[in-house]
Amino acid sequence: MADQNGKPQAPRTKPRFSATFTPDVMSEIRRAAATGIYDIRGAGAKRALPHFDDLLFLGASISRYPLEGYRERCGTEVVLGSRFASKPIHLKTPVTIAGMSFGSLSANAKEALGRGASMAGTSTTTGDGGMTQEERGHSKTLVYQYLPSRYGMNPDDLRKADAIEIVIGQGAKPGGGGMLLGQKITERVAGMRCLPPGVDQRSACRHPDWTGPDDLEIKIEELREITDGEKPIYVKVGASRPYYDTALAVKSGADVVVLDGMQGGTAATQDVFIEHVGIPTLAAIRPAVQALQDLGMHRKVQLIVSGGIRSGADMAKALALGADAVAIGTAALIALGDNDPRWEAEYEKLGTVAGAYDDWHEGKDPAGITTQDPELAKRLDPELAGRRLANYLAVMTLEAQTIARACGKSHLHNLEPEDLVALTIEAAAMAQVPLAGTGWIPGQGAKF
Amino acid sequence: MPSFDLSRSPRRELNRALHALRQDTNETQWTVSNPEGQHAIAAGLDAPVTVEIEGNVGYYCAGMNKQASVLINGNAGVGVAENMISGFVHVRGDASQSAGATAHGGLLVVDGNAGARCGISMKGVDIVVKGSIGHMSAFMAQAGTLTVLGDAGEALGDSLYEARLFIRGSVKSLGADCIEKEMRDEHRELLYAKLKAAGLAGEVDPAEFKRYGSARRLYHFHVDNAGAY
Repeated sequence: MADQNGKPQAPRTKPRFSATFTPDVMSEIRRAAATGIYDIRGAGAKRALPHFDDLLFLGASISRYPLEGYRERCGTEVVLGSRFASKPIHLKTPVTIAGMSFGSLSANAKEALGRGASMAGTSTTTGDGGMTQEERGHSKTLVYQYLPSRYGMNPDDLRKADAIEIVIGQGAKPGGGGMLLGQKITERVAGMRCLPPGVDQRSACRHPDWTGPDDLEIKIEELREITDGEKPIYVKVGASRPYYDTALAVKSGADVVVLDGMQGGTAATQDVFIEHVGIPTLAAIRPAVQALQDLGMHRKVQLIVSGGIRSGADMAKALALGADAVAIGTAALIALGDNDPRWEAEYEKLGTVAGAYDDWHEGKDPAGITTQDPELAKRLDPELAGRRLANYLAVMTLEAQTIARACGKSHLHNLEPEDLVALTIEAAAMAQVPLAGTGWIPGQGAKF
Repeated sequence: MPSFDLSRSPRRELNRALHALRQDTNETQWTVSNPEGQHAIAAGLDAPVTVEIEGNVGYYCAGMNKQASVLINGNAGVGVAENMISGFVHVRGDASQSAGATAHGGLLVVDGNAGARCGISMKGVDIVVKGSIGHMSAFMAQAGTLTVLGDAGEALGDSLYEARLFIRGSVKSLGADCIEKEMRDEHRELLYAKLKAAGLAGEVDPAEFKRYGSARRLYHFHVDNAGAY
């Protein structure tokens, strides 16, 4: 290399980006410096985390006998709430739709979720803000969330529900409440929540009338009394201390424990909260299952796992680790049409691209899903979107069955940790399965 | 007049019988004896009946009440009349924490004192406490009225929305975004109506009360208000 006078120069090093101060990190520092406010967004943790991709099924071989993939029966049905409820829930497939509110989602989107879940023979779930007629009407099996805010909570809807889910926390923000920003508070949303339109609506992080597991037991007792013992009572926790939270939920009288890992989505939370509080779904399952086993309640109190479930493989892996069912939220929205490249030009106007759009709190969703704007909401046809969701749920179920048959299982619930190995030491330790090609399970026998 | 002895029959039978009542039932007057602090007594009622309970009740008595009148001749545990939709609940003794929490409607009267978080997240209920209330009362209270003849503890009305608070005695401290507001004629009329509903017309002078409400500075999240949170 020579300068303009032809004098030889020493070679320069290639421009080097920092692994610490990445372009994303620097972009956030500039944004914070310009605005003075933290970043709020929707969805779950976006950072790379140990996940189900780090596990593999072994499949059958000489020592294991497979089932014929296209012929032999592999059961998928699941019963939830059989511990105490006089009317437990029967689902055709162990993948449910997680709680998402009317308010954060449009009425059409809620209807589509109900339609899709019903076609697939599974349940959907309300969210903060209460139950809409569209949702109840189109959901064969509807789980009613009982949240700290109690927005829209009333005993009539409680009795119309098929199950009640007491929300202690969610994986995107264990220990945090919520905020529905004023731009999404239409008159209908405001009316359901007993607040003026256009006002930011804070959802509390603590329940207003109970604290701690002893009180929770009495709260569950009250909900059973009000519904005459018919409805299964779920307790949902964000994954942070899954062994103890599961044990305490069981002690409090839960029929079902819902465990949501940090990849689980939110409608609107601080990015710093989403990315830095809670633990990955993969790390949460075994401690929760261990708690159930220690109490002699595994398969008696059902465990639903959520947070980053995307496929039948993810579902099968969660079940193999001991879950009774999984729940999907973000994946269900994508099936409806969220982040679809067909809206690319409009995503770009919002300063983002299809696939990365996460400003769900702003209510400007081009796909008409995370919005209350009537013109945008019209873009989502609830029948077509519901059909897409049903197709996706069917594919997930077929994929899980394919894997289960290959492992010689006649029901998805017969999958077990012995069917799995891990690709990384971290995943092996978290899932408590051997590192592939070895008999080594890091941390085996360690106490929680 | 049906009577129910909770020392002889389980609460489940009582609540099942109350839930089975039709709107036009003739069994409109119920008495319940020996509650002995049991929880969720008369929870989830939805009929125009009166249930009179002789003694102290535990948590969530008259929880989610609709239409019914529940009279408690004793003290009430945590969350009496929580999430009430309509009707009337009268505690003739003291009430523990979270009395009337998240209640959407109806009237809750406490003859004695109410503990912490009275009226927390209330959404339209009218609450009248003849004694004093504890700390963090009316936290995030959205709508309705809270009338207190005695004093209020720390952090009254923290993060208040549109609920109206009338306090006759002292207030130890106000919570974030809660301020004292001018008491105009329309507020005195409103207060008088609530006092009258609680059977206190002519016994208490509305002019002795101060009104507290939301400054509405926290209605829209803004970094300049970060110090207030």
